[in-house]
Amino acid sequence: MSPGRCGASGDADRALADVLADERLKIVASLIRTTGDWDLAEDAVADALERALERWPQDGVPANPAAWLTTTARRRAIDLLRRAGTERRKLEELAALDTEEVAPMPERTAVADDRLRLVFTCCHPALSMEARVALTLKVVAGMSTPAVARAFLVSEATMGQRLLRAKQRIAHTGIPYRVPAGDDLAERLDGVLAVLYLVFTEGWSARSDDALAEEAIRLARLLVTLLPDADEARSLLALMELQHARRDARRVDGELVTLEHQDRTRWDRDAIERAFTRLAARAAERGPYRIQAELAAVHARALDATATDWQAIVELYDELLELHPTPVVALNRAIAIGMFHGPRAGLAALDAVAEDPRLDGLHLVAAARADLLQRAGRPAKAVSQLDQAIALAPTDQERRQLAQRRADLS
Amino acid sequence: MRYLMFVAIDPDGDVDETGEGTLDVEDWVAKHDGAGRRLMGDRVRPAADATTVRRRGGKVLVTDGPFAESREWIVGFDVLECADLDEAIAVAAEHPMAAGGRLELRPFHVEDAPA
Repeated sequence: MSPGRCGASGDADRALADVLADERLKIVASLIRTTGDWDLAEDAVADALERALERWPQDGVPANPAAWLTTTARRRAIDLLRRAGTERRKLEELAALDTEEVAPMPERTAVADDRLRLVFTCCHPALSMEARVALTLKVVAGMSTPAVARAFLVSEATMGQRLLRAKQRIAHTGIPYRVPAGDDLAERLDGVLAVLYLVFTEGWSARSDDALAEEAIRLARLLVTLLPDADEARSLLALMELQHARRDARRVDGELVTLEHQDRTRWDRDAIERAFTRLAARAAERGPYRIQAELAAVHARALDATATDWQAIVELYDELLELHPTPVVALNRAIAIGMFHGPRAGLAALDAVAEDPRLDGLHLVAAARADLLQRAGRPAKAVSQLDQAIALAPTDQERRQLAQRRADLS
Repeated sequence: MRYLMFVAIDPDGDVDETGEGTLDVEDWVAKHDGAGRRLMGDRVRPAADATTVRRRGGKVLVTDGPFAESREWIVGFDVLECADLDEAIAVAAEHPMAAGGRLELRPFHVEDAPA
C-alpha cells in the first residue's frame, strides 16, 4: 500500500498512510465478523485501497477518507458474495451495514472490539506459533504475503500455504471470533504478547530487520490503545521501545556491540522517554514483561555503563526468577551479582547456576565466566573460557565478537 | 459445532494427581449432558481388542489391533455439541482425564466450511 502517488507532500502521505493502515484493519476486522470469510474481507479491502489510489489523485481525497474506504470495501464485499451465490441472509446483513452511519466514524466500541477479536483469533493457542505469527503479520498488520515470507526466510509459496492452512484450521476447528472473557483474558493475552515479542526479537536480534521490529511496536501500541488496563501489554510496548532505542548503537560496521560498550549518545532518547512515561503507571500485579521493561529502563537511565544501578538490576532479576525460574534468568542474575558484589561473588553465583543441565552447551555460560575471570584479574583462565564460548557460539556474528574479546585479552 | 473427544491416557505418564480444576466423571457427565453439550460417550476396550477394517481392491481386509500407535492410548470418547472450539476446550478441561491423561478434540467434518 503506497499512497505516495496521491500527489500530496511527504508528511501528508505519511498521515494518509497511517489512516489507511488503521482503517484497513478496522474494515477487515468487521468484514470478517459479518461474512466469516477471511479471504473475502482481505480482498474487498485491498480492492477499496487500490481504487482509492486510482481515483483520489484525479478526484481529490474525499472529505472523509475512512468512510469512503469503508463504504467501498463493503460494496465490494457484497459484489463478491453475490458473485459467489451466497445466501440472501448474509447479503442482507451486509447491505444493512452499508446503510449504517459511516460518516465521521467515531471510535465505537464495536469497531474496537472487532480489531481485538481479530488479534485474539490470529493468536489462538490452537494454532501453531508459526501460523499465529504469519496470520498476525498478514491480516492484522496488513503486510503482503511476499513481505511476510521474506521476513521469515521462506518462499512465498510456503508462506501462502501456511496462511491458507491457518485460515482453514480456524474455520474447520471452530476457533471463535471473540475476545476471551474473564479469567481467560489474561492467559490468552499472554499468548498475543508472545507473538508480538517474537516478531520483534526476530527482526531485532536475528537480522536487524527494523521494519519487523517497528511493526511489532506498532501492533503493541494498538493493543495498548484497545486494552488500556493491561499492564503487561503496556510493559511489553515499553520493553520493545527501550530495546529498539538502542538500534543505532548496537551495531557498528555490521558488528554487534554489547550493551556495556555501546555509545549511549546514539540511543533514541525520545523513545526512551516514551517508555519511561508508560512505565510510570504502577502495576497492581507485576508480570514478566513489567519486570523485563524495568530492567531495560535501569540500563536506559545510566548514561554510561559504569553508572548502572546494579543493585536495582539484581533485585529485578530476583523478582523475575521467582516468576520464571529458568536457567537463563538465573544466568543473567549471576552476571548482575558479579557487577554489584564483585567478580568473586559473581563466579560463585555462576557456578551454582551452571550445574543446571539445561545450560549444557550454551556459549553464554562460558562467555559470562570469561568476563568475570577477566574482571577478577585472571586473564589466562578467561582466554580458555572464551575459546570454549567461541566453539559453542551459534552464529558467525557472535563468534567474531567473542574472538575480538579474546584478541583484546591476549 | 460437533466434536469427537478422544479420552486417552498419557503415554509419558505425565499426570496431575491432584486433578485440580477437573470434576468427577459422574459430575462432568451430568453437568454437560444437562447443558446439552455432551451428546454421548463411553469407555472403550483397550487397543488389544481393536479391529482395523480396510477395503482394498474390492476385498475387505481385517486386521487385529489399532491402525496407529497413538491410538493405543484411547480409553473412551465423547461427542460434544459446542458453540465453538473455546467452549469445547472449556468442557474438555473439566474432564478428570484432562489431569489424568490427555484429551483430543476432533471437529466433525462440515461441508463447505469457509476458509
